[in-house]
Amino acid sequence: MTLWTTVLLASALAFALKFLGYVVPHHLLDGVVVSRVTAMLPVALLSALVAVQTFTSSGGGLTLDARAAGLGVAVTALLLRAPFLVVVILAAATAATLRNLGWG
Amino acid sequence: MTAASRHTPRLADQRRHEVTRQCLSVGVATGAYGISFGALSVAAGLNLWQTIALSALLFSGASQFAIVGIVAAGGAGAAAVATSSLLGMRNGLYGLQMSRLLGVRGLRRVPAAQLTIDESTAVAIAQPEPSAQRLGFWGTGVAVYILWNLTTILGAVVGNALGDPRRFGLDAAAPAAFCALLWPRLKAGEARAVAAVAAVIAVIVAPHAPAGIPVLVAALAAIVAGLRPPGGPRMRDVLGNPSTPSDDVAPP
Repeated sequence: MTLWTTVLLASALAFALKFLGYVVPHHLLDGVVVSRVTAMLPVALLSALVAVQTFTSSGGGLTLDARAAGLGVAVTALLLRAPFLVVVILAAATAATLRNLGWG
Repeated sequence: MTAASRHTPRLADQRRHEVTRQCLSVGVATGAYGISFGALSVAAGLNLWQTIALSALLFSGASQFAIVGIVAAGGAGAAAVATSSLLGMRNGLYGLQMSRLLGVRGLRRVPAAQLTIDESTAVAIAQPEPSAQRLGFWGTGVAVYILWNLTTILGAVVGNALGDPRRFGLDAAAPAAFCALLWPRLKAGEARAVAAVAAVIAVIVAPHAPAGIPVLVAALAAIVAGLRPPGGPRMRDVLGNPSTPSDDVAPP
């Protein structure tokens, strides 16, 4: 799959999913199980993305490097109710600084 | 609710200003992290036009970050599309809610669907009266759409100029961004449990599967949690909005 195919296919499916909510008969998507699974999917996927992108190397093995320190700072910033962009910049700055010092 | 939508009274000026301010502040706050999306996207190897296409056409932050994350890790396009679509499923559920609140028909459903995201839904269902709900949805949707696309271009151009992403810690910026997107969804205990299990599954699967697959396997945690008897979080927990007055999400 080329990058353009990935971009356009994902975009088409994203729109189709949004549009579905406006066209399907309400009772079809209204079940408790459907709404519970749909509510939990972003939680599971985002958490998995955080774990994989922080703690695994390019080969998939478990590693601990400057990214973990960046995530630690990000979590601290979130606990202090920092806005999104501040959280992201602090994490990046932490990892960049540690690498400049020769760690991770 | 749809039948009543054309006959509701106009909003008082004060309320209209209030809701408009909410729309704009959510638009600015969300737009601000379009910069990090644009920068991460070009760092992952997407070109400027592909980056712009994702923000203009896909227009759903978490899905967009997931695609560039998986592409950056060398994952297959199919895994990127699948993860993006699983993340996008919640927008369908929001659309279901919004179609009731907005009362849109015919071609107007197209822009309504495209603007159906976390932010526009959250602002809409936080309003008590139908006319404010509609203003909240369209106002937030349009504000976020315009700012998100402008800041994406800005981030992509700046990111291109920076060069090696690791030197600036951009590979730590992506998980931090996911973490910030996840944060408001962790209010309920069940959500925290699902998040923990999903993270463990993903890390265990990672050495044995191509990039992108571990995250899809971790989605099983959500399906198992969802199939358990109800009593857990509702839409308002997902949106991180404790004061949701809508009938549709009230506990049984």
